Amino acid sequence: MNGAARIVVDRLVKRFGDFTALDGVSFEVAPGEIMGFLGPNGAGKSTLIRILCGLLHPSQGRAQVAGIDVAKDPEAVRTRIGYMSQKFSLYNDLSVVENLRFFGGIYGVGRERIDARVTEAVSMAGLSGREDTLVANLAGGWKQRLALGAAILHRPPVLFLDEPTSGVDPESRRRFWDLIHTLGGEGISVLVSTHYMDEAEYCHRIALISGGRLAALGTPRDIKRLGKEAGAEAAEPTMEDAFVALVGQAQGGRAAA
Amino acid sequence: MLGRILQLLLKEFLQLKRDKSARLRLLIPPMIQMVLFGYAATFEVFDVSTVILDLDRSQESRALIDAFVHSSRFRIAVPAASEREVRDAVETSDAQVGLVIPPGFAELLRKGRTAPIQALVDGTNSNTALIALGYVGQIAGSFSQDYARDLAQRTGRLQGKPMVSVILRERYWYNPNLNSRWFFVPGVIGTLALITIVNLCAFAIVREREVGTLEQILVTPIRPVEFIIGKTLPFFLIGLMEVAIVASVGMLWFRVPFRGNPFVLLLGTCLFLLAALAIGLLISTVCTTQQQAFSSNFFVLNPLFILSGFSFPIASMPPALQYFTYIDPLRYYLVIIRATFLKGVGIEALWHQMLALAIIAFVLLAAAVLRFRKSLD
Ligand SMILES: Nc1ncnc2c1ncn2[C@@H]1O[C@H](COP(=O)(O)OP(=O)(O)OP(=O)(O)O)[C@@H](O)[C@H]1O
Ligand SMILES: [Mg+2]
Repeated sequence: MNGAARIVVDRLVKRFGDFTALDGVSFEVAPGEIMGFLGPNGAGKSTLIRILCGLLHPSQGRAQVAGIDVAKDPEAVRTRIGYMSQKFSLYNDLSVVENLRFFGGIYGVGRERIDARVTEAVSMAGLSGREDTLVANLAGGWKQRLALGAAILHRPPVLFLDEPTSGVDPESRRRFWDLIHTLGGEGISVLVSTHYMDEAEYCHRIALISGGRLAALGTPRDIKRLGKEAGAEAAEPTMEDAFVALVGQAQGGRAAA
Repeated sequence: MLGRILQLLLKEFLQLKRDKSARLRLLIPPMIQMVLFGYAATFEVFDVSTVILDLDRSQESRALIDAFVHSSRFRIAVPAASEREVRDAVETSDAQVGLVIPPGFAELLRKGRTAPIQALVDGTNSNTALIALGYVGQIAGSFSQDYARDLAQRTGRLQGKPMVSVILRERYWYNPNLNSRWFFVPGVIGTLALITIVNLCAFAIVREREVGTLEQILVTPIRPVEFIIGKTLPFFLIGLMEVAIVASVGMLWFRVPFRGNPFVLLLGTCLFLLAALAIGLLISTVCTTQQQAFSSNFFVLNPLFILSGFSFPIASMPPALQYFTYIDPLRYYLVIIRATFLKGVGIEALWHQMLALAIIAFVLLAAAVLRFRKSLD
């Protein structure tokens, strides 16, 4: 992976009034890379993703997505990203196909391509034959896969997924991650936040965020090693052990400072 | 651009088709209003704007005018110079009552004969008109009593008949029976359109914000103007339909006449709906939950309704409050809708109102577009 980075985040700071939600975060994501965001509630994961989508303005620092500065040209960024927000965000009162056509339409997918893309998204979500079902009547796992399909109708090179699998059964989560890996294999860079430790293992690299700062960055194996160095007691620390140790260390460090 | 707007339009109509509560929101308010105003109460009025034309210029005529000036019921605007001025003032609703004291008024009185004065009232606002007319009768009555007593003392003759009688001139009688339905039906059309359109528009956007779909739309390349057009155009069309339906009910069921030019009404309606949509949009930019939108709607719509002059005559409001009525789009639309229905006046008499509506709509829409940013900051 020596191509130019798809996402460049450089000493990014975000303040909400007096409160600093992000405090100097830096990292890069390569094409096709799946980067996981791990961190306790309120760590700043959603804030970071929203900045990268151009929904929030950075207070300081720089962020580039697909070569474009998000603060300078958020509109250009929007044609190159897919985004699934933390809240489920398809229309419950529209059918599967109506949702897809709507989002395809406002993403500007041309008339000649929209049918094929919609069919593809439907089969990716495993919803072939249920095209006219109202989204409200779908079970959680199908909804999430459909939302993913809607987010990539315009074939963006970068995909942001904010806790895409929260509240979904394990089997559906596994299928969802299969899809993420397929997309990564096609060269799409995926930035995904999660609360599930087992999902962290599926990522190429993990960024551990705590209190708005990057507590650790590396492959799952790196993270476990760092966790051991940070004081995880088990001989073979699990991701959970490493997470607890590293977050504890980051918070302790800040308290001492 | 057009493609994206069409997608939004299509989506909005599909959702509306499936949204039962939206259909209720469209149907219930008209019903309630129709029933409520069917039993419209009477109100006291003060400061009824009045023009007086004194063609007699006698001591007696001045005494009668004084009696009007000193009552708190009438506010005498500039005295008119001709019958034409009186008629114009009433026709354009500058004045609600016009009084004409014909030449020979004093002469008739002195001879002990009945002296008529003429009253023109703006029957389109039958509530105010009826009440104001009552006051005219009272004041004329007490004037004539005083004069009769005076005359009797001077001449020793007693009069049987009242000396000053009030004659109403049919010509300017837009609502001859002062049928309150004729008055309230056009008013209901305006208030209904306002309430439903502001509500629908504000809720449609706030709901998307609340459930999270708005955030999803914001990350697409859609432009704010495209979003606003796509989101509001359906409600604009619904507003037009609603006005047409309520107007038809008023004409067919309540037998309210439509005397004016439908295109003048259409123009006024379009401008008014734009202002209503802008109000809805502005509400949606400050609210994040439907609960907030609900209370904002309440706090915005109530004053608009009260200040419009629908149920409380603007002239009877405290002067400070009267200034606020100038920024109320409903105030202008009510004049347009009553004038086109009942008076049949054309655009010449209504361009003030049209212009005011256009300015209000433009300013509010511009504010809404500026406030609607594609970010969550
Ligand atoms: N618009 C805002 N105004 C003020 N504070 C905010 C705003 N958005 C987020 N915050 C605060 O910033 C911090 C980080 O929030 P963020 O949503 O990014 O956390 P998160 O890591 O996504 O948490 P979770 O796992 O609960 O989703 C929180 O303390 C939150 O209260
Ligand atoms: Mg979050």
